[in-house]
Amino acid sequence: MESNVLVVDDSAAIRKILQRVLRQTGMAIHTIHEAGDGQEAMGVLGAQKVDLVLSDINMPKMDGLQLLASIKASPEWRNIPVVMITTEGGETKVSEAVKLGAAGYVRKPFTADQIKEKLAGILEPALPL
Amino acid sequence: MNLNEIIVKSLTQSTLQVFSTMLGVEIQCGEASVKAGMPEANEGVISFIGLAGSWAGTGSVSCTPLLACRICAQMLMCEANAVNEEVLDTVAELTNMIIGSVKTELEQHLGPLGLSIPTVVYGRNFKTKSAGNAEWIVMHFRWDDEALIVKLCLEPKEQAAHVMFHTSSTDSCTLEV
Repeated sequence: MESNVLVVDDSAAIRKILQRVLRQTGMAIHTIHEAGDGQEAMGVLGAQKVDLVLSDINMPKMDGLQLLASIKASPEWRNIPVVMITTEGGETKVSEAVKLGAAGYVRKPFTADQIKEKLAGILEPALPL
Repeated sequence: MNLNEIIVKSLTQSTLQVFSTMLGVEIQCGEASVKAGMPEANEGVISFIGLAGSWAGTGSVSCTPLLACRICAQMLMCEANAVNEEVLDTVAELTNMIIGSVKTELEQHLGPLGLSIPTVVYGRNFKTKSAGNAEWIVMHFRWDDEALIVKLCLEPKEQAAHVMFHTSSTDSCTLEV
């Protein structure tokens, strides 16, 4: 089954890179939605079916940890896996994200292989043509 | 190893790693120097990001418009012929990743530090001045013939200022970083 992914980052450059990397992973992905901050992401979650969220932490308006907490507090969205992709490599932020229920954590700068490895247990591989 | 040496090592490793991982290029590392926080004339693209905690300061990445476009084209695998929003966003994200990695390294020595959202300035004949007295550690890098400068100033919080003043020939404004 193909999945819908939501990429949340205030950097349009990172959203563009993740779009490309996700398409190269060989995972069964149908649609990649984008949001520039946590608030915008909540809007997308309310309007679209999302199977995975990839989120930055350090963002304006609503940061990634607040978004993660809101997703995990919602009966409708709490089962959506959230993977944090961020420069925030400090133990405090990592522990907080894990405590809030993050499914994984990738530090920027990242390689396509690191993203693929992190998503391997979450998304299904695409069926061979 | 003193703090300046730790910062130089961290800025070097972080910059080389970001270029290698995100752009797939190996850039050349040049000399490191320490400069007083005097007002400095600038031209081109310069990005700032603030650090805050028990120590506070500012990280900065600057380059020519040509190099900013080249970085954008390589990182996003697209054409970039002029400094537009996409180019500025790419330089901001590059700064975020370089200084963010340095921040993570420095937290082992200085305790938790916060990172601001980056601010990018593009123009000619503008001056920048950090409102603190901290010295800047300046690292020079080269990608072929183009120069990239990565800088960081950091001081204990009691001495740090959190506002950076920018002035140009025509107007002036205050940017919080």
